[in-house]
Amino acid sequence: MNDQIRRDRVTRFIDTLNQARELGLSVTEAGKGCLTLCMPYSDRIIGNPETGVIHGGAITTLMDTTSGSVILCALDDFELCPTLDLRVDYMRPAEPNKPVYARAETYKVTRNIIFTRCEAFQEGGETIANCVGTFMRIGKDATPKHYRDLITGAGE
Amino acid sequence: MTDPEILRYTRESGDFSRMLESIPYARFIGLACDQFGDDLIFRLPQKEVNLGNPILPAIHGGVIGGFMEMSAAIYLMMSQDTVRMPRIVDFSLDYLRAGLNRETYAECRLTRQGNRVANVMVTAWQKSRSQPIATARAHFLMED
Repeated sequence: MNDQIRRDRVTRFIDTLNQARELGLSVTEAGKGCLTLCMPYSDRIIGNPETGVIHGGAITTLMDTTSGSVILCALDDFELCPTLDLRVDYMRPAEPNKPVYARAETYKVTRNIIFTRCEAFQEGGETIANCVGTFMRIGKDATPKHYRDLITGAGE
Repeated sequence: MTDPEILRYTRESGDFSRMLESIPYARFIGLACDQFGDDLIFRLPQKEVNLGNPILPAIHGGVIGGFMEMSAAIYLMMSQDTVRMPRIVDFSLDYLRAGLNRETYAECRLTRQGNRVANVMVTAWQKSRSQPIATARAHFLMED
């Protein structure tokens, strides 16, 4: 599997997630076991109307999506892996009017569990938040074949 | 997070609509809050755009996190004697069951209030309180 395939799979995957589409998430970079997604700034996700700073919840969704999708960049077969837990540490508020990026990696893949690390940041800026997550492997057969084909592009 | 005037109004009236209307992200996910005596129950109505997994379908885990995080912050603001704004430090979230495409509820508990830091527990459920879909723990820094 090459990086273009990884990028295409993740793009198709996040395109099936309503909330990811609603936030306008897109793939910035995909590699083996690593992935960067971008979330554009939007007035609709502001948490503090006085400062225009976006809410942590949108960052959580960005990091959850990136951490869950980086699994597609680590495994050859597409497996939907539910999130077991997430731990998010907020370093600083995101600067308004600028996109937020999240870069995730799978740092350990076992038969049952996948461990991820993720960092949210802005261009030229410091870290916004750090996140570690664990995901459960329920096997690829737990996901319907038509959906797996949609993500891997096997139907094309 | 919120205008002190709106906070005062919310405390006196128990009507959260003005406060939630003033926070774009609360509108974005559709967060609502009802007061029963001293207790607050937060509500996330069924909403197609909040979905993640299209197969089940299930609410996006990040939205469940955002819902619980904002619930904790509002709960904390309401529990203070003075106007103090909570700033989130960290957030730890355990997913226990898939959040299906239906209304979700959350309640919070102040585990510990220090001078500067507060620890809040959040539980979210759908069909029955005895079957939570997620639990979370958050630390907030309190700013005057």
